[in-house]
This record gives sequence, structure tokens and C-alpha cells, in this order.
Amino acid sequence: MQFFGENLSCIRGERLVFSKLNFHVKPGNTLIITGSNGSGKTSLLRLMAGLATPESGYISWGDDPNLEKPENHSERLHYIGHLNALKSTISVLENLKSWSFLHGGNTKKVINAIKSLNLDGLEDIPCGYLSSGQKQRATLARLIASDAPLWLLDEPTNALDPNSVDLLHSLINKHLEKGGMLIIATNTELQVEKYQELKMGNFSANHEILTSDK
Amino acid sequence: MRVSILILQREVRLAFNQLGDNAMIVLFFILAAILFPLGVGPEPKFLADLAPGILWVIALLASLLSFEKLFASDFEDGSLEQLALTSAPLEIVVLAKAAAHWLTTGIPIMILTPLIAVFYQMPLSGFHILLVSMVLGTPTMSLIGTVGAALTLGSKRGNVLISLLVVPLIIPVLIFGTAAIEAAINDYPTTQHLMLLAAFFLIALVFSPIATASALRHALE
Repeated sequence: MQFFGENLSCIRGERLVFSKLNFHVKPGNTLIITGSNGSGKTSLLRLMAGLATPESGYISWGDDPNLEKPENHSERLHYIGHLNALKSTISVLENLKSWSFLHGGNTKKVINAIKSLNLDGLEDIPCGYLSSGQKQRATLARLIASDAPLWLLDEPTNALDPNSVDLLHSLINKHLEKGGMLIIATNTELQVEKYQELKMGNFSANHEILTSDK
Repeated sequence: MRVSILILQREVRLAFNQLGDNAMIVLFFILAAILFPLGVGPEPKFLADLAPGILWVIALLASLLSFEKLFASDFEDGSLEQLALTSAPLEIVVLAKAAAHWLTTGIPIMILTPLIAVFYQMPLSGFHILLVSMVLGTPTMSLIGTVGAALTLGSKRGNVLISLLVVPLIIPVLIFGTAAIEAAINDYPTTQHLMLLAAFFLIALVFSPIATASALRHALE
């Protein structure tokens, strides 16, 4: 089973963001997407999540082209973008519960997620009162509040302090050990064993995965 | 199915946490009802004749006020993309949203209309049809409202635009809702009016989730 895309191109606002892009990820592996601002990291992640459709090319999960049935694809992934999807009027616990239950999670997993992300004592506080780092941790708690084999993370270390970054790394490594896949857009150092790097270049450049298996 | 119930629960919870927004709509409804007699004069016979029309018009205006909020906050905080990434199709999400909107604004308006009809001294023979027409008409308005709200996502001053988009579609509900009550008061048969209201509801039930979902997909791209 692998998650891959071939010959992808993406157009946003009449501008070609990237074209002829290929990627593939296997269970237990990580794909790190790097590149300057505006190089299309977020656009690529949104294509992978099924939130947008590529201009050309296709994305596939094993033999199942996910673009034909986006609902099936949704069950396999957690997407964490720039927006935190936290409602400011309800508590951290309620926010997490609603997303976890929608993805087939349960209360035990939610409690565990809150503990894992050091959010003890904050669970009953409305999200509007949290600092931006705490909000980011509450958002990341969604990753383990329900199970999904594919994680799509867009700059997840934004607003996190060094301790929380370590916490995120340990979550990621646990996920990979269980055979999960990770696709992450980041320009910071990431402590994972097996990874490939996808460098997003300037627009309409010819992309090939620089397979630097380490 | 499970997902739609969970979304419904979530929306109703959120609505109760932002009670102010819904209270505003109910307050607007009451205020508008109070202002009409002050404007057109307190003649009881005259007010009783006007009652069905006024009730439907202010119910429509009150629900127009609430459409802007339907998807806007979910769009801004990223909840909408997460809702699009659940195992349910976006059409089901839209239906759950419309149901939650109806529960939190349609039902309060429905409960208030008979009370306001009493203030206007509407003849008692029209009350049951007033309720039936509201039961059929308010969910239709919620469903059509989702289309307008989704189409105007991301635009500034969306509220005026929503009204322009939605009002022409709601006019049939207004016409036949009022006609049904007047027919009941004057001892004419009401069935055909109510059947038409039911037909509008069914049409909106089928088509508005499809239209809204594709507008939302477009907004999310």
C-alpha cells in the first residue's frame, strides 16, 4: 500500500504554481516538502487531502484513485492546515471531542490526546482564552484523538515552544513506528529516520523527487 | 447518518453557546411586529386583516438576518475544511447545518408567531393553518438560505448579497403561506396552498444541499 501522485499540476488564480510533480510515500515513511514561501507547499497538501483537485495528473491510494470518492479518502487522513478549526466559545475538550467523534474516535482517545499534548488543566477552558501555542497544541491533539494512517501537516511547528516541538517529534515517531505515513510541509529540522525530501522550486519548474533515502 | 447527527449536535451546542446571536433574531422579530401597528394605526379590524401577511414578511426578514452566520465563522476558522474532510459527503453536512439553523432560528420564530397573531387579533380560525404553514415554510427558508450563504462566502458585505440571491427564491413561500392563512380565515379550502408549500419544501430539500455543497467546494478550493 502506498500513497502517490503522478504528473500533478496546480493552478491558483491563473498562475501555474507547479507542474509535472510526482511523489510517493510508503507506510512508515515521511515526505518532507520544503521550499520558499509561495512555492506551493500548501496547495500540494490540499490536493493530497482532496480539498482541491489537480489541474492535471492524479493522486492514488494503493489501487484506489481517491479523487473519485473523496469521502473514502477523508477517513484515511488527518489534515492540519494554517487554520486551527477550534471554536472559541467551547472548551478544548468539547472541540476535540466533536472532531474526534466525527473521525470515529472515542472519549478515551480524546483524554489520552489531551494528556499527550500537555493540555492537562486546560481542557475545560474555552479555546478563545488560549495562547497561540496552546491553540496549536490543541489542534495537534486532533492527530491522536482519532486514528488515521496518513498525516498531512502544514507547518505544524508554528507558534510552538522547543518543548512542544519535541513532543510533536515523539508523536510523529510513534505514528511512523505503527506504520503510518507522514507528509509534512516545513522548513525546520525534523527528527525522523526514513524520509524523502520534495523541494518545491520556482513555478513551472520540472520537479523530480530527490530521493535521498537516509 | 452517524456523522450527520454528530454535526447536528455540534451545531446546536455552538448555537446555545452563542445565544446572543439567536436572541437578536428573535428580538428583531418581536420589534418588527410591534412597529407595524405604530406605523399603520391601531384599528383592530385593519390589523387583523394584515396579520397573516405581516407575520410571514417579518419571519422572512428575521431569517434573512441569520443566513450570513451559517458558514462564515466555520469558513474563517478552518472548521469548514475539516467538515469537508469527514466521511460524510458535503451534501449531508449541509443538510445537518440547515437542520441546526432551523432548530435554532426557525423554531423560536414558529413559537412566537401564534403569540404575535394574538396581539394582532387574528381570527382564531386561522391559527392552526398559520402553524402548519410555518412548519412547512420555515425549513424551506433555512434550506434556501444555505445556498445564498455558501455562494457569498469570502465576500465582504455578504449579507446584502445573500438577501438579493435568496429573496426571489423565498417569495413563493411567502405568497402561499399568506394565502393559506387567509383562505382558512375566510372559510375557503386550504389544501392546495399547503400542498404547494410542501412541494416547495421537498424541492428545496433535494436541490439546495446539492447547490450549497458545490458552492462550498468552490469556496474551499
